[in-house]
Amino acid sequence: MKNYISILLFFGALLLLIILSQLPYTTKQSDDLSDLKAEYSQKHIPSVDHSKLGELQRDFKTPQDVTKACISCHTERHKEVMQSAHWNWEREAFIEGRGVTYAGKKNLLNNFCIGIGGSEVSCTRCHVGYGWKDLSFDFTVEENIDCIVCHDGTGDYYKAINAAGYPGDDVDLQNAAQNVGHPQRSNCGNCHFFGGGGNNVKHGDLEEAMFAPSRDIDVHMAVEGMDLQCVACHKAENHRLLGKMYSVSSMNRDRVTCEQCHGESPHQKNILNEHTIKVACQTCHIPIYAKVNATKTSWDWSTAGRLKDGKPYNENDDDGNITYISIKGSFTWEKKIEPEYCWFNGTADHYFIGDKVDTTKVVKMNTLNGEYADPESKIIPVKIHRAKQIYDCMNKMVIQPKLYAEEEGQGGYWKDFDWDLAAKIGMEALDVPYSGFFCFVNTEMYWPINHMVSTKEKSVSCKECHNRTESRLAGLQDFYMPGRDHSVVIDFFGIVLIVLSLAGVIIHGVIRIVAHNKRISEE
Amino acid sequence: MKKIYIYKAFERFWHWMQAALIIILIITGFEIHSSFEFFGYENAVNYHSSSAVIFIILIIFSIFWHFATGEWKQYIPTTKNLKEQIEYYLIGIFKNAQHPVEKHELSKLNPLQRLTYLGLKLLIFPVMVGSGLLYLYYRYPQQGGIHILDIGGLKVVALLHTASAFLLVAFLIAHLYLITTGQTITSNLKAMITGWEEK
Ligand code: HEC
Ligand code: HEC
Ligand code: HEC
Ligand code: HEC
Ligand code: HEC
Ligand code: HEC
Ligand code: HEC
Repeated sequence: MKNYISILLFFGALLLLIILSQLPYTTKQSDDLSDLKAEYSQKHIPSVDHSKLGELQRDFKTPQDVTKACISCHTERHKEVMQSAHWNWEREAFIEGRGVTYAGKKNLLNNFCIGIGGSEVSCTRCHVGYGWKDLSFDFTVEENIDCIVCHDGTGDYYKAINAAGYPGDDVDLQNAAQNVGHPQRSNCGNCHFFGGGGNNVKHGDLEEAMFAPSRDIDVHMAVEGMDLQCVACHKAENHRLLGKMYSVSSMNRDRVTCEQCHGESPHQKNILNEHTIKVACQTCHIPIYAKVNATKTSWDWSTAGRLKDGKPYNENDDDGNITYISIKGSFTWEKKIEPEYCWFNGTADHYFIGDKVDTTKVVKMNTLNGEYADPESKIIPVKIHRAKQIYDCMNKMVIQPKLYAEEEGQGGYWKDFDWDLAAKIGMEALDVPYSGFFCFVNTEMYWPINHMVSTKEKSVSCKECHNRTESRLAGLQDFYMPGRDHSVVIDFFGIVLIVLSLAGVIIHGVIRIVAHNKRISEE
Repeated sequence: MKKIYIYKAFERFWHWMQAALIIILIITGFEIHSSFEFFGYENAVNYHSSSAVIFIILIIFSIFWHFATGEWKQYIPTTKNLKEQIEYYLIGIFKNAQHPVEKHELSKLNPLQRLTYLGLKLLIFPVMVGSGLLYLYYRYPQQGGIHILDIGGLKVVALLHTASAFLLVAFLIAHLYLITTGQTITSNLKAMITGWEEK
């Protein structure tokens, strides 16, 4: 009898274990979303109306005067801004295999317009400062900070083209200064939607449709929904703006995550919550991007320089996107794109000027680290921008050519169409050797997709991933995924076994029937 | 006509529960394997997981029952009459010969059945259940950072699970057919339903 009791106890305990092991994932409260909605529908009421401040009732001659006025009251904010990547266009980062690096838009290469070196006047339109026109820009001069570009509430403030970050001549500085407030989508969007020099060129998920998106475009920022501002997710306590952009960043810190609002297990269904260990939220919740306008998906610099009647020209597609332009080469554009996918653990590496490239492979301008075996890694959606760009075929280095120039004869490719000269001047400026031989190499750049979250009904379905023939994750082969993978050998022998047993059974049965009939007729 | 009581109530309950569960598990399992579409992937996964848990509970109860009643002795393998049993299925059955082994309460399994069922219970089921549990719960140690229990991925587990599933299907086919090889075509089936077998 005692034996039975101990056996009973043992199995009882086992049972309890199985039931208990289910528990950790079933603790979610069903009204998480309504709590969130309640939290984010509270509108912020500023404690000060800047238009009533005497300090700002004057005619500002230069934008720097405005900044000085801001700083006269907000005596510490500029110090915070001057610590930020938005000001420095570089950040200190530790990269495995390289050590401590200082990288950012200032000194990295990409596979769009390649690098800002020599073209500052044009590129620094997206700098939160005034007057960065060449290497002589002094990053310690506080009045050169552009506070308005992030805090403008009028919608009329803009930075002029090729003006090193200065606002347009017709901007009413007084009005702008009197109407500052918390950053709106339009403030951030005026730079981030137009990266690469046109709407949606770079990201694919940040574009002018996000100024006032519908729920179909983005559940969070939808004007008919919660109308979240960028800073609701990209919190910026003391101007320490959260969120990493891995075209310039390398480390897994100060990130924005979906979990910061939704928690680790936002679903009722355990199977979905379990997936979040290996699959990022964005992977299921952003089934397509570039929902409204096309984004640039490839750029072939090697076709640049064709002239018609000695003059540069453009070609456009039906939607008005440029597909060929003499100064830049050929582009392809796509919209409503299914992302590609890769493993990502939050750390990245970059192509640094002077790195030797292995031209037997596609050169990665930025590398997102991660793999299945790494417990920190999750599958994320990415836009991969593919390009063919100029490199030094003797020294095996990607070249940063001089592109922009005020006029012909200064070696700027966009005026002179001379690759060799542009390469020579460009590399000289960087103090990197140039052999005089250039070719074109295939490059890739990875852009994580984080915006344009679709409504929950449109989430990626099980079958879109767990699918033999057309899985979204077909490209990630370093792990076994049910429904997508199988062993050809096991399935073959398995089916053979089933066929043999069926055949055996049928043959046996038929013989039995025949024998039986024979016996009956004999009797 | 003689009648004997072979299958006790629990045994019959266990058998039919198990039959139902295995069939559900096979159908949903092969749907998860992408062999066909029937319930829809999500449903298939949910049904599969729930039936698996019930199946495990059932197994626990039946193990307990087998030991409590001493019925486990039915599965002790024997070579006695094994040859005769095989010969019966290969030759005798066609000549309407007598079954070589009498069924009775204390020994209701013929030597071939003993071997097969023992194999099922000691090899296929443990592999199935073990790999199935890992399949269900392998993420917990991964997430909790318990490295000794981290199996590093599904590959081995999934392949074992599929291979055993194929064996189980083959078993099921043979098993279903062998139902008809009793005293009469239906007598085995009746016995498993009512408990009584007619002689
Ligand atoms: C005369 C002093 C003064 C000047 C000049 C001034 N501010 Fe303010 N500002 C304030 C005060 C006071 C507050 C309220 C602080 C608080 O609530 O903690 C404030 C609040 C703000 C806020 C937060 C607004 C909100 O919605 O809560 C921002 C942003 C801001 N100022 C930006 C600026 C900028 C940019 C300038 C320069 C154009 C500027 N301020 C010039 C005094 C000033
Ligand atoms: C890159 C864009 C950016 C620039 C440039 C910038 N800010 Fe801000 N600022 C922000 C963000 C983002 C917040 C946080 C808003 C929030 O949390 O809602 C903020 C908040 C503030 C606040 C309010 C802080 C509070 O506690 O409410 C003040 C005041 C402020 N900024 C002043 C300045 C001044 C002065 C400058 C120029 C020296 C400046 N900002 C430049 C983005 C910027
Ligand atoms: C004047 C143009 C401009 C404005 C306005 C602006 N940004 Fe940026 N932002 C940039 C540039 C350029 C970079 C890349 C700089 C670098 O790190 O090299 C950047 C980088 C970032 C990054 C990545 C930072 C990192 O370290 O990886 C985030 C996130 C970001 N911006 C969000 C915002 C948000 C949110 C706002 C609105 C409050 C905003 N930006 C306003 C130009 C702008
Ligand atoms: C619902 C939350 C949410 C909102 C709203 C949001 N972002 Fe983001 N954003 C993210 C997340 C999450 C990331 C990934 C950050 C990381 O990896 O650290 C991100 C990343 C970025 C990056 C880096 C590039 C990239 O996509 O990986 C930029 C730039 C950026 N956001 C700009 C913006 C701007 C501009 C807005 C407003 C128009 C905005 N974001 C609104 C969640 C949000
Ligand atoms: C494997 C795909 C998958 C992943 C990964 C995933 N989700 Fe979901 N999510 C879904 C689906 C499908 C739904 C639709 C609702 C349902 O069927 O329960 C959903 C619904 C939601 C909802 C609405 C829930 C409600 O109560 O209505 C939120 C919020 C959400 N997900 C957030 C997240 C966040 C945050 C993450 C990352 C931590 C995440 N999801 C990861 C597939 C996924
Ligand atoms: C600032 C907090 C915040 C962050 C960060 C955030 N969300 Fe949300 N999320 C919300 C709020 C608020 C809602 C409710 C919106 C509504 O229904 O109008 C919501 C709703 C959702 C829904 C449900 C949509 C539906 O159809 O009802 C999904 C799915 C979702 N979020 C996914 C994500 C993903 C994926 C991320 C990361 C990229 C993310 N969220 C980041 C606040 C956030
Ligand atoms: C974005 C692609 C994606 C979607 C959508 C998705 N899965 Fe998965 N699923 C995965 C990946 C990747 C793994 C493998 C994870 C691992 O090995 O840890 C996985 C593993 C699984 C597993 C085996 C591991 C386990 O937890 O039991 C099951 C079952 C599963 N998914 C069911 C589902 C169901 C049901 C749905 C729909 C509700 C679904 N999946 C949707 C990507 C996806």
